[in-house]
Amino acid sequence: MIGGLFIYNHKGEVLISRVYRDDIGRNAVDAFRVNVIHARQQVRSPVTNIARTSFFHVKRSNIWLAAVTKQNVNAAMVFEFLYKMCDVMAAYFGKISEENIKNNFVLIYELLDEILDFGYPQNSETGALKTFITQQGIKSQHTKEEQSQITSQVTGQIGWRREGIKYRRNELFLDVLESVNLLMSPQGQVLSAHVSGRVVMKSYLSGMPECKFGMNDKIVIEKQGKGTADETSKSGKQSIAIDDCTFHQCVRLSKFDSERSISFIPPDGEFELMRYRTTKDIILPFRVIPLVREVGRTKLEVKVVIKSNFKPSLLAQKIEVRIPTPLNTSGVQVICMKGKAKYKASENAIVWKIKRMAGMKESQISAEIELLPTNDKKKWARPPISMNFEVPFAPSGLKVRYLKVFEPKLNYSDHDVIKWVRYIGRSGIYETRC
Amino acid sequence: MRGLAVFISDIRNCKSKEAEIKRINKELANIRSKFKGDKALDGYSKKKYVCKLLFIFLLGHDIDFGHMEAVNLLSSNRYTEKQIGYLFISVLVNSNSELIRLINNAIKNDLASRNPTFMGLALHCIASVGSREMAEAFAGEIPKVLVAGDTMDSVKQSAALCLLRLYRTSPDLVPMGDWTSRVVHLLNDQHLGVVTAATSLITTLAQKNPEEFKTSVSLAVSRLSRIVTSASTDLQDYTYYFVPAPWLSVKLLRLLQCYPPPDPAVRGRLTECLETILNKAQEPPKSKKVQHSNAKNAVLFEAISLIIHHDSEPNLLVRACNQLGQFLQHRETNLRYLALESMCTLASSEFSHEAVKTHIETVINALKTERDVSVRQRAVDLLYAMCDRSNAPQIVAEMLSYLETADYSIREEIVLKVAILAEKYAVDYTWYVDTILNLIRIAGDYVSEEVWYRVIQIVINRDDVQGYAAKTVFEALQAPACHENLVKVGGYILGEFGNLIAGDPRSSPLIQFNLLHSKFHLCSVPTRALLLSTYIKFVNLFPEVKPTIQDVLRSDSQLRNADVELQQRAVEYLRLSTVASTDILATVLEEMPPFPERESSILAKLKKKKGPSTVTDLEDTKRERSVDVNGGPEPAPASTSAMSTPSPSADLLGLGRPTARPHPPPGGGLLVDVFSDSASVVAPLAPGSEDNFARFVCKNNGVLFENQLLQIGLKSEFRQNLGRMFIFYGNKTSTQFLNFTPTLICSDDLQPNLNLQTKPVDPTVEGGAQVQQVVNIECVSDFTEAPVLNIQFRYGGTFQNVSVQLPITLNKFFQPTEMASQDFFQRWKQLSNPQQEVQNIFKAKHPMDTEVTKAKVGHLEGRPRGHAACNPAPGSGGTARGTLSVTQRQGLEGWPRGTCCSRPSTRVWRDGPGDTLPATQCQDLEGWPRGTCCPQPSAGVWRDGPGRAACDPAPGSSFSCFFEQIIGFGSALLEEVDPNPANFVGAGIIHTKTTQIGCLLRLEPNLQAQVRPSGNG
Repeated sequence: MIGGLFIYNHKGEVLISRVYRDDIGRNAVDAFRVNVIHARQQVRSPVTNIARTSFFHVKRSNIWLAAVTKQNVNAAMVFEFLYKMCDVMAAYFGKISEENIKNNFVLIYELLDEILDFGYPQNSETGALKTFITQQGIKSQHTKEEQSQITSQVTGQIGWRREGIKYRRNELFLDVLESVNLLMSPQGQVLSAHVSGRVVMKSYLSGMPECKFGMNDKIVIEKQGKGTADETSKSGKQSIAIDDCTFHQCVRLSKFDSERSISFIPPDGEFELMRYRTTKDIILPFRVIPLVREVGRTKLEVKVVIKSNFKPSLLAQKIEVRIPTPLNTSGVQVICMKGKAKYKASENAIVWKIKRMAGMKESQISAEIELLPTNDKKKWARPPISMNFEVPFAPSGLKVRYLKVFEPKLNYSDHDVIKWVRYIGRSGIYETRC
Repeated sequence: MRGLAVFISDIRNCKSKEAEIKRINKELANIRSKFKGDKALDGYSKKKYVCKLLFIFLLGHDIDFGHMEAVNLLSSNRYTEKQIGYLFISVLVNSNSELIRLINNAIKNDLASRNPTFMGLALHCIASVGSREMAEAFAGEIPKVLVAGDTMDSVKQSAALCLLRLYRTSPDLVPMGDWTSRVVHLLNDQHLGVVTAATSLITTLAQKNPEEFKTSVSLAVSRLSRIVTSASTDLQDYTYYFVPAPWLSVKLLRLLQCYPPPDPAVRGRLTECLETILNKAQEPPKSKKVQHSNAKNAVLFEAISLIIHHDSEPNLLVRACNQLGQFLQHRETNLRYLALESMCTLASSEFSHEAVKTHIETVINALKTERDVSVRQRAVDLLYAMCDRSNAPQIVAEMLSYLETADYSIREEIVLKVAILAEKYAVDYTWYVDTILNLIRIAGDYVSEEVWYRVIQIVINRDDVQGYAAKTVFEALQAPACHENLVKVGGYILGEFGNLIAGDPRSSPLIQFNLLHSKFHLCSVPTRALLLSTYIKFVNLFPEVKPTIQDVLRSDSQLRNADVELQQRAVEYLRLSTVASTDILATVLEEMPPFPERESSILAKLKKKKGPSTVTDLEDTKRERSVDVNGGPEPAPASTSAMSTPSPSADLLGLGRPTARPHPPPGGGLLVDVFSDSASVVAPLAPGSEDNFARFVCKNNGVLFENQLLQIGLKSEFRQNLGRMFIFYGNKTSTQFLNFTPTLICSDDLQPNLNLQTKPVDPTVEGGAQVQQVVNIECVSDFTEAPVLNIQFRYGGTFQNVSVQLPITLNKFFQPTEMASQDFFQRWKQLSNPQQEVQNIFKAKHPMDTEVTKAKVGHLEGRPRGHAACNPAPGSGGTARGTLSVTQRQGLEGWPRGTCCSRPSTRVWRDGPGDTLPATQCQDLEGWPRGTCCPQPSAGVWRDGPGRAACDPAPGSSFSCFFEQIIGFGSALLEEVDPNPANFVGAGIIHTKTTQIGCLLRLEPNLQAQVRPSGNG
């Protein structure tokens, strides 16, 4: 179990130090600083073992969060906790920065006391936490009843939702957020590609509603399609194969295991319903075609074409192509038809930005790079061209089929709930070798 | 350079590593665009950008351009630009061919210029790069600059240091020539800076070529005397806190240490100088500043080391010693340390030894009160160095008392030193025994095996202390808690000499036994094993406690002990005590014979611990002085030990040749022993080769001989009476052997019986290389001796001579034959003539396990057979290879007899000191961890403590090993011949050119008591 939790700023100064177990000594704080933050070589592994003590760290902007333990813990659990911790902090005071942490350290200690108990993670649901950990301090208008309700909720079976929530309009929002990762060879061959996605739900529902979520999961579709073979062939194409997925704690896993149906009582407000990953039949929104020609020792000609590969009615946004330049670049001339392009010396790259681009279009940039002859015989490693974008569909092909809401006690039915669904596909690491 | 300052402050203000990298990338892009070449840059901006690049490089980023611009800066006429150019080059130079040429050109120009600052810059650059390329280009040039008449002083100074640097990196490239004599004359230079630099150079050069710089001695002496006698104001700039030119003085004194004492004229002057230095040390300090005393003492210490180096002026030595004695009580810790260190070397000089001894009280005091452990360590060293017979008891007592509080890091060393001193200077051996027992009591954990082995060796070798030792040990053991090492010593000594104190009713046999047995359960397995041996010795010494001991041995905790060694001993000893008669017991368990005298193993261990350089010299001198005492360690000339000892560390006790080999077993004068040593050997055989030789009796391939220099491997094949042997000589060093000549020597007896033909090998063997030599062998007639391979070669400067016996034995020409049972016994009976038969009964050193044997041999597979329970009394078992010998005789009928026999083992101690070989040397049976047997037939049963066993045979391994021997030996193993299935029968024919000789062999293991092999030819 987690023995302690430290938060450092970029200089390695300790901002927050909370030790949960006796086996973590005072020197653990320094050990991490010396061996990881101030290490000569950049430490790339998120798990570091120093003197039989394990440090798990995540970095948010310039802030290091490190969980420490001497035991053999489940590393995935620790990281999950650290991410949750970041989410909780972000929900309370916005961006995680040194200043924010310094301004809220009392709150952070309070949160740490609540979400981690003797090193065991407890309730980390922001909505539930906000009911009893407030930034204003405990207000006297909390009645005794309310307090007892908090107790029964936190200790009860459904810790993430309190009873007696009432909305005039029952409304829910469903966001399918995906990030698509790609590595492509110069010839256009896909070397590796996968999509990692999340389904985020924002619910404003009264009472204790029972929800059921359906999507075009291949297994479910095939199971249903057994009866009508005709339908199977029709919908089979549109179903997707999910490699692995994880759910929010509210989802009944036993039901998922037996029937593969996703049913749950949602927390109030925003939460992440599920996370998943797919690797098959991915729609790649953009194709990058690089052309690099070396003209003598002192010149390099680069031409890059990007093609959008989705319905013409859809619009991709925030497109950014990053073309790395050699380390001995002494000057760059760029010509592009669309958007803006600039050589950024501090990043050793040409950055090409396009605000909007419709589907089935193509655009191109050409650049002349002047090089300084060096006496270094090492050849330029040609790092890949990377790309960022945002598209309004799910590159994995996931479709929400239904989300049914049942509330037996209160009299509103599935039809009364207003539902919104949105798909956003973003680029993860989207690279093409040149 | 504002731009540079701005850039540096930008970098300093960066919040994170990433920001810093971004800033640097931006700056690099900027510099690249500036260096692009289409614009001509002025010197100032070039300098600025090169500086920025240098700064970026020093931050840890790679710089791959800008070298050209830096080289351009070298040709500038401005000092600042040139300086930055040289700075960049000396920090960032790499062996890029075209640039190096340009750089060298620029340096050459600067060297040729008359401008001293430019010359200085160039010389500094050469020195700070100091690569081989630089040496190649300029090693010839710099001496010219150095000795040219018109060179400025500061340039000369730089040139001397630059040359020194080049000489240190690549001495082969610096040419010696007529400039050397002129360099020597720089010692007379007006400018003291030049003299200081030149002295450093000359000292280094003189260490390599003392002859060429011999003239520097008188110059150095006169220079030194001028400095020493000068008033402190004379040397102006070179007077450091009232001390005239301390650095130069120290360097001159060091230079003089490269040479022996000079001839009398100069010597008088030097002595005067040294006296002046010593006198000055007595004067009150002219300044209270620490720098003043540091400078003064530096000169003084260097002078003292020169005095010690010369070691010829008793007067000076004594004065130096007195001076150091004053420092022993100085406030400064460093001074005390240095004083102790110098005194250590003084103590080894015969003139000052007595003077050093006067400070004994102070040193002992330092040992007790000093706060710094390194100083205490020096004090221990000094006490050790100043010890002789007169003060040994005092010093040993002090060291012992200090040991109780000593720092853990130096305890082991003190223990060794105490042990050595106690042994070396012991007049009264009761004192020695007391000291060592005290040592074990105080610091038992640090007492290594060598120390307690040594006590036992000494006690066994000296009759006069045995009784006292037994008594003291007995008393020491009565302490409620005593160290395990004490139990070991106690067990061994009481086992040997317990009878000497048995008369006293307070230490009656039963009390002795009970005392030892009360410690038994607190000890580790090796100690328990030793105690078991003690018990069996008690059975012999005191028949009255026999039942008690048998009860102990019989108890389940012994007889069924989980540890195989303890179990085996318990079983064997129990059997021995019940089966054997008192006569046999008395023989087997006889008192240990005296150990041969040899160099103390403890000394070897101390040397190993200390490293070769420091102690050995001291040790050697000490040893020379102390040979007379107690017959102590004998001085071994370094060359012989290097040549003949295979590996000193592996052989802690020194591998002596066995004192006397037991005579070959009975078999008639006509029967000869293949395995015994041949009488005529040209050079003394290299130790270790003998065991190897024994190993090769049944083996054809392997390593015959190995030491630090040379490895000899063998590969041989034999068919009928012919054989071919490939000898591989491997050079284990990195330098070549010269005049490498291996010669095969056959004694006169051997000559007519064995034909050996070989070709000479290449006389040089490169480092790490291997050469091969083929020997064709023809067996003309039967023979007994083995030819000797004598190898002579030159390694480094020394001539090496190694002799080993070539393992060509008669049994190599032995071919197995198959024979039916009837045939076998028919022939066996025919050969009943006493001359034709040899029968021998020998004790096996190992218990037998037929099952194992069979599995191993694979000859008797599939034959249902019960587990022939082994009887592991020491009187049964197989045989030992080293002692296995076949005797055969050429009978009239052409059927001589062969037999196997082995010398019986006599004594019981199996472990501990003795003629112990490292177990690995004996291990040659694959898969059988401890499967070989001892080449020393006198191996006793004392398996712990000082014994004679080569290595301890493991149970179960022995018999199969015997079997392999029969087969490896050359005869066929015949199945279903002997009516008794437990017996083993073999037959074979020896092929010689003249005759063929058949041999029969039968081994009757007697499972009850004895194995009875008998041979028949």
